[in-house]
Amino acid sequence: MLDAPTQTTDSRIAALLLHHEIDQFNARYAAALDAQRLTEWTEMFTEDAFYLVTSRENADRNLPVGLIYCEGSGMIRDRAVALDKTAMFAPRYLRHIIGNLVVNAEDANGDIRAQANYVVLQVLFDRPDATLHQVGVYHDVFHRTATGLKLRERRCIYDNLLVPNALCIPV
Amino acid sequence: MNDGPTPLGDPRYLWPAEGLKRVPDWVYTDDAVYQREVERIFHGRTWNYVALEAELPNPGDFIRSNVGPTPVVVARGQDGAIHVVENRCAHRAAEFCRELAGNTREFVCPYHQWTYELNGTLRAVPFRRGVGGKGGMPTDFDMSSHGLTRLHVTTHRGVVFASYAADMESLAGYLGPEILREFNATFDGRRLTILGHYRHSLPGNWKLYHENLKDPYHATLLHTFLVTFGLLVAGNKSLMLTDATGRHGVMASAKSDAKVAADVRGEMRAYKEGMTLAEPRFMDFIDEFDSPWSVTMATIWPNLIVQREMNTLGIRQIVPTGPHEFIMKWTMFGFEGDDDAMTRHRLRQGNLMGPAGFLGLEDNEAIKFVQDGMQRVPDGEHVVELDPQTAYGTSDTLISEAAIRGMYRYWREVMDL
Repeated sequence: MLDAPTQTTDSRIAALLLHHEIDQFNARYAAALDAQRLTEWTEMFTEDAFYLVTSRENADRNLPVGLIYCEGSGMIRDRAVALDKTAMFAPRYLRHIIGNLVVNAEDANGDIRAQANYVVLQVLFDRPDATLHQVGVYHDVFHRTATGLKLRERRCIYDNLLVPNALCIPV
Repeated sequence: MNDGPTPLGDPRYLWPAEGLKRVPDWVYTDDAVYQREVERIFHGRTWNYVALEAELPNPGDFIRSNVGPTPVVVARGQDGAIHVVENRCAHRAAEFCRELAGNTREFVCPYHQWTYELNGTLRAVPFRRGVGGKGGMPTDFDMSSHGLTRLHVTTHRGVVFASYAADMESLAGYLGPEILREFNATFDGRRLTILGHYRHSLPGNWKLYHENLKDPYHATLLHTFLVTFGLLVAGNKSLMLTDATGRHGVMASAKSDAKVAADVRGEMRAYKEGMTLAEPRFMDFIDEFDSPWSVTMATIWPNLIVQREMNTLGIRQIVPTGPHEFIMKWTMFGFEGDDDAMTRHRLRQGNLMGPAGFLGLEDNEAIKFVQDGMQRVPDGEHVVELDPQTAYGTSDTLISEAAIRGMYRYWREVMDL
């Protein structure tokens, strides 16, 4: 017969489950962007979410500018609508790979700080290669809501300071 | 000039008989033409943007920058003066400064530790006298003639320019009165604060970026976002201004809340009626400038764009790497005295521009398409005939290419082509 789980085992299982939950979240996030289902992407944020894409150069120097700078889910939805309905750019395939996930314990407010490395590969239709479009780190705050985990904050800090031409789809 | 084929006199470089109404592809794709541009334009009689003074607030501060394709270091000396030197060691050519920015008392080339003052003067050569009476530099080695190559520097309202030419006119004279007025409307005397940088490559010829901002025609057609949300429509009060030479320009427009007229709407496939923003406040214009224009895009020859897109302000520095590509370095700024709300407004409005901007990404894509077209179907020419009432230069209609014609009138003169 198995011993009853100890407190230590419980917290380790809880951490494992939370890690898995966020890992699954990130996989769904990547799938939404890879398929360019931008409305689905917008629904992964809380109403008060902050979403930022900026270079490591800016982040290291505490310079606030973003390639994309969204305060609140309204701006995130506007970004999605603008890209879907108004923006002109060459068709492309993108592949988001997310890994090296680090998750901190949930705090009293239901916020969970986490970070993960990401890579975005881009394929243009007239070239044989998939090029490295972005490589960086997500600095995240997840929030537990009635409808599951959502992003309260995602700051995408990219290492490749020279963006290849244009960043057309969010990271 | 090198010994390579000189464009002059070569039938490949004949300008089309139609004159300025046509621009031949070789202007954008030919390596010999590009080399001549570096020599006669970027290294010639021009003021090249290199930095904002706000990036170098303290003695010893430096940043890496470029004049044309040439890497330079911009540094503030102990006496407060700004120096611009080539980032190339006088000994073995090493590009010695590798940090994007920093603070230092001296430049030391890591290869053999030749040491320079911030103004480029050579101060120390290790083992200059050799060891034990052997080796070392010749006794007549003249330290004073082996400094870093220094460029001439001028500053205007916190903006730093450099030139290889020793006898340049003042920046005010270089810009001319009309462009200077618009420049000073943006740099209105308030001290700048740096909000951050964007950097991107762009696979197109560097002049296409100037032309894009001397081409108000595209703004109402390519940029659906701008048109749909009422920022700019054909019929808004606007001006495409150039200086007397044609090299500099300012594309200016005034935001209007007027409805788009039916006849105008019909011409603009981009116009989408009934679309609304969830957060329209990011498009607000807070009138902070002494100017009739809510938007001005200044193209300062040869490497500077000054963006005043309502309240999102930025410098774009062109760094060409060859005929088919350039790098763009953006420095976004605000002003001392901006409160937190104003800074965040500038940052939110920044979503319009840059390589992920609603407008910016479209410009980058369009310019790439143009270079792709020329590379894959070569030896053609561009048609720039709009607005025949204005031969070249300033025009008060958006439906004009007169400023592009003005730029090529000047370019042909400088390039002797």
